[in-house]
Amino acid sequence: QGTSAKHELEKDEPRPLYMDFQATTPMDPRVLDAMLPYQVNYYGNPHSRTHAYGWESESAMETARKQQVADLIGADPREIIFTSGATESNNMAIKGVARFYQAKKRHVITTQTEHKCVLDSCRVLESEGFSITYLPVQTNGLLDLELLEASIRPDTSLLSVMTINNEIGVRQPIEEIGQICRSKGVFFHTDAAQAVGKIPLNVTDCKIDLMSISGHKIYGPKGVGALYVRRRPRVRMEPIQNGGGQERGLRSGTVPTPLAVGLGAACSIAQHEMEYDHNRVSMLANRLVQKIMAGLPDVIMNGDPVRRYPGCVNLSFAYVEGESLLMALKDVALSSGSACTSASLEPSYVLRAIGADEDLAHSSIRFGIGRFTTEEEVDYTAEKCIHQVSRLREMSPLWEMVQEGIDLKSIKWTQH
Amino acid sequence: MAASARAQVISLYRSMLSASKKFPSYNYRTYALRRVRDAFRANRNIEDPKTVARLMTEGQQTLALIQRQVTIGKMFESQKIVVEG
Repeated sequence: QGTSAKHELEKDEPRPLYMDFQATTPMDPRVLDAMLPYQVNYYGNPHSRTHAYGWESESAMETARKQQVADLIGADPREIIFTSGATESNNMAIKGVARFYQAKKRHVITTQTEHKCVLDSCRVLESEGFSITYLPVQTNGLLDLELLEASIRPDTSLLSVMTINNEIGVRQPIEEIGQICRSKGVFFHTDAAQAVGKIPLNVTDCKIDLMSISGHKIYGPKGVGALYVRRRPRVRMEPIQNGGGQERGLRSGTVPTPLAVGLGAACSIAQHEMEYDHNRVSMLANRLVQKIMAGLPDVIMNGDPVRRYPGCVNLSFAYVEGESLLMALKDVALSSGSACTSASLEPSYVLRAIGADEDLAHSSIRFGIGRFTTEEEVDYTAEKCIHQVSRLREMSPLWEMVQEGIDLKSIKWTQH
Repeated sequence: MAASARAQVISLYRSMLSASKKFPSYNYRTYALRRVRDAFRANRNIEDPKTVARLMTEGQQTLALIQRQVTIGKMFESQKIVVEG
C-alpha cells in the first residue's frame, strides 16, 4: 500500500504532524527520564542475586511490577508477567491456556475483529486440532452478548475479546462478558493494549482472567509489555518460552530492567493523568469530527458513536480512494487501518466484519489523537482533509454521477 | 497562604514555564506548557501548608526533569513539524 509514495524526509523537510496514536505513541519525557539511569549506570541483571547491581535492578523491576503496572489494573504484583509486548502476551495467553487444558477442553472462542496475533494464534490451535469459534460483530462493531453466551460449550476453555479495537475504537462490554465467562467456568482473556491507562480497568470488577498490556501504546517504550494472569481462581498455562524459570516459569529470559521501568513509569503516569487525558482527547476528537463533517458531505464514522474510545476515529469518505487521500495528506501521519495489516491491498478485515460497504471500506482513514495532540494539529488536519477530499471528489467521475442524481448501485459495468 | 509561600509558588511556576519553553519538540513543548499551567491552576486554592510543601517538592523534581529532558532533546534535535510555521 502506498509504497510508491514512500520516501524518507529530506534534511530540511518539515516533519508531518503525528496523528497515528493507535499505531504507536511517542515516549512521555517522564518515561525516558525514569529509564535512562538503567541504560547508563544501573545496568545489572535483575536476576543476579549476589551483588548490588542485581539487587538494585531487581528492586526497580519489582517497583514497576507492583506499584505501577499491577496498581493500574487492580492486580496483585505476582499476577504480572513482563513480556516483549502485547503480541507475545496474546500468544502466551491463547496458546498457553488452550494447550494446558486440552485434555478435557478443546474449544476456544474469539471475535472476527481481534488483532492479527490473536487470530493467527487461534489458527495455529486449529491446526493442532482445536475447534475455534470466530464470533461476528454487529454493524456498530459490538458483540451480541446472547450470541456469545450461546456459543459457549462445555468444552470451551477460553474466550478472547479485545477491550478497545485498534482500528475503529469500539469498546466492548467487558464487564458483562466477564460475568458471562465467570458464570460458565470459561477463562476470559482480553487484549487491552489500546485500553490500559486510557480508561479505568479493574481485573476484579470486570472478572478478567488474563489481560495483555502493551508499553508503546501508552507512551512507554517499544519492546515491552505484560500479561496479567489471575491467581485466584488460578489460571494455568503452558509456557511458550522456556529457560531459566523467570517470571514464575511462564516466560523465561532476563527481564529487561530499563524497559520494565519504562512500562512501570508509563502506567504510573497514565493512572495519574487518565482523567485529564480523557477529557482532552474527547474534546479534540469532537473538534476534529465536527469540523470534518461540517465541511464535507458523505462522511461516515465506522463503529459505535458512543461506546468507544474517543481518541480513535475511523472515517470513510465516500467516492474517495483511501490510499489516494493518505498520499494527498502527506503533511499528516495517518493510516487507513491497522499497521499490522497494511502490507496487503485488501481492505481492513475489521471494516468487513462490521459490514462496511466494500467501497467505503477502501475509503477509510483512521485518525489517532493522544496526550500530546494540540488544537492546532487537529484544525490543520481537518482543513487539509476537507480540502483534499473535495479536490479528489472533483476529479472523480463517480462523484460527478452522484451529483447528477445517478444511483451508482444501479449501474451495470461492462468489460471492454 | 503566607506571602512568602505564595511568592515561592509563583517563582516555581515561572521557572517551570520558562524551562518548558525550551523543549525543541513541538509536541513536548506544548504539552509541558499546558500541563504545568493546568496543574498550578487546579491546585490554586490549596491552603494546607503540608500539602503545599509536598506539591512544591514535586514541582521542583518535575522542573529538574524538564531541564534534563530539554537538554536531551537539544542533543538529538530533528526538523520542525509542519504547523511550526
